[in-house]
Amino acid sequence: MFLTNAPVEEIIKLDNDIFLLKIFSPGIASIIKPGEFLNIRVSQIPFPLLRRPFSVCDVEGDYIFLMFNILGEGTKALAGKHKGDSIDILGPLGRGFNTDGNYDIAVIVAGGLGVAPFPYLKRIINNKKNIHSFIGGRTFSDVITYGMKNIKVSTDDGSLGFKGNVVELLAQNVDIFNSKKVKIFACGPNAMLSTLKEFCLQHNLECEASTECVMACGFGICQGCPIESSNNQDKYLLVCKDGPVFNIRDIII
Amino acid sequence: MKKPDLSVQIGSLKFRNPVLLASGTVGYGNEMSEFIDLNSIGGIVTKSLSLKPRKGNQPQRIVETPSGMLNAIGLQNIGVEEFIKEKIPFLKKFDVPLICNIAASTYEEYVECTGILTKEDTIKAFEINVSCPNVREGGLQFGNDVKAVGKITAGVKSVTDKPVIIKLSPNVSYISEFAKVVKDEGGDAVSAINTLVGTSFNIFTKKPKLFNVNGGLSGPAIKPIALAKVLEIKRSVDIPVIGIGGIMDWKDVIEFMIAGSTAIQLGTVNFIDPAAAGKIIKGIEDYCIKYGVEKISELTGSYIV
Repeated sequence: MFLTNAPVEEIIKLDNDIFLLKIFSPGIASIIKPGEFLNIRVSQIPFPLLRRPFSVCDVEGDYIFLMFNILGEGTKALAGKHKGDSIDILGPLGRGFNTDGNYDIAVIVAGGLGVAPFPYLKRIINNKKNIHSFIGGRTFSDVITYGMKNIKVSTDDGSLGFKGNVVELLAQNVDIFNSKKVKIFACGPNAMLSTLKEFCLQHNLECEASTECVMACGFGICQGCPIESSNNQDKYLLVCKDGPVFNIRDIII
Repeated sequence: MKKPDLSVQIGSLKFRNPVLLASGTVGYGNEMSEFIDLNSIGGIVTKSLSLKPRKGNQPQRIVETPSGMLNAIGLQNIGVEEFIKEKIPFLKKFDVPLICNIAASTYEEYVECTGILTKEDTIKAFEINVSCPNVREGGLQFGNDVKAVGKITAGVKSVTDKPVIIKLSPNVSYISEFAKVVKDEGGDAVSAINTLVGTSFNIFTKKPKLFNVNGGLSGPAIKPIALAKVLEIKRSVDIPVIGIGGIMDWKDVIEFMIAGSTAIQLGTVNFIDPAAAGKIIKGIEDYCIKYGVEKISELTGSYIV
């Protein structure tokens, strides 16, 4: 784990007010795995006070990319950074996706900004497996396809692609899963993950999901980010330390 | 100038410097040991322990506020038994005073927890949390009641020879009345302050952001309040005060000592900069050298009004 200052190389504005922050951090770039995250202190003054967690979006050589949209003061400050500015980062944190294993097809299921960890996952899986991407949003402007391939899109209002939610879209394409070993990698709002969990249980599919929770520290001391465990009702898991990526069967969403 | 003496004393316990890590912001030490040399800090106060494990509150537990944060963790902890079995062996390896924070639902539970834990040599003192705002039973119901605080102080003292520190609530009219009863019942020190009760709403759903509705406010936003409470105690009761509340850097530590603190605790800052303690200790040492402070304890209550 590193607690370090990293220079900003570039802030890239994508469509739909989505930003990519490119930072130079060889130490972290060499060890971080898809689904792991960084906790970023956006300002040295006490407002905004807390760090902001971002899952790694991509890694190219010594550079790390993080994807974000402007939600509040923290992300606004981040979007205002320039090349050469230094940002205070803590990471890599958490447990990421396990991309190894006995499967032939990787199915990516993402809702909205939930696409963030997948360009890097795609890079790591490379051409070793077939990848199918299912990307959903409420409306066309929520659909982010940056860095993805073999994409099918859904929107709740039908303004782009399939009309309905992304799990319904997945159900329409269930023939992908026939005869071949499939692993699902998912990230998105809790409502999406909850529906996806039912779908996975119904079809007996292996699925890892990246979850989200408001947190302070990011490394297990504040206990601020509990998630209910399917296996032990007496004790919460922590999103920051036990996750953010879980086997979808192990959590109650 | 020779190195200043940063050591401070509370009851029979000597700390190498006044910088302690506050309960609930340091876990049980192991995570923080990645960022700081635990042997260099004044002391560690553990996450609140209760007799049995507590699951804690449902999420959302954290809300950021201007220069502060609300938390409603609900005293999630592993319980006394697992603490002794799983955490003490790690903490034993360090040469740093370990203060065990205890949060209970009843008077009897405070006494029983202390009675069990006092047998552990690694534990050098107790901090009794009578002021957690985030649990239904216990917590603030004691912290708002002078008689209850006195009874708990006396009860805990009766089962341990180790220093007993009572962590006081700021959510009272006169905190010094509580410090006085702690002293009268044999308590060795008070910690001031615990968090302030606060809440926050989502303006679109009209629901509170915290599942628990109320939480405890901490961070730089509460520093002026904490300083005023430390000063109030210092002016009216002769008892060591451990100052807590929004300390972010060494200047804040000096300010808390001037206001009357014998030692201080770092809380919220540990979440933002887990290496803060090291920088702060260096900062107070440099201050002492620059301004000719030979013993940092000289600063305690050195305000001029």
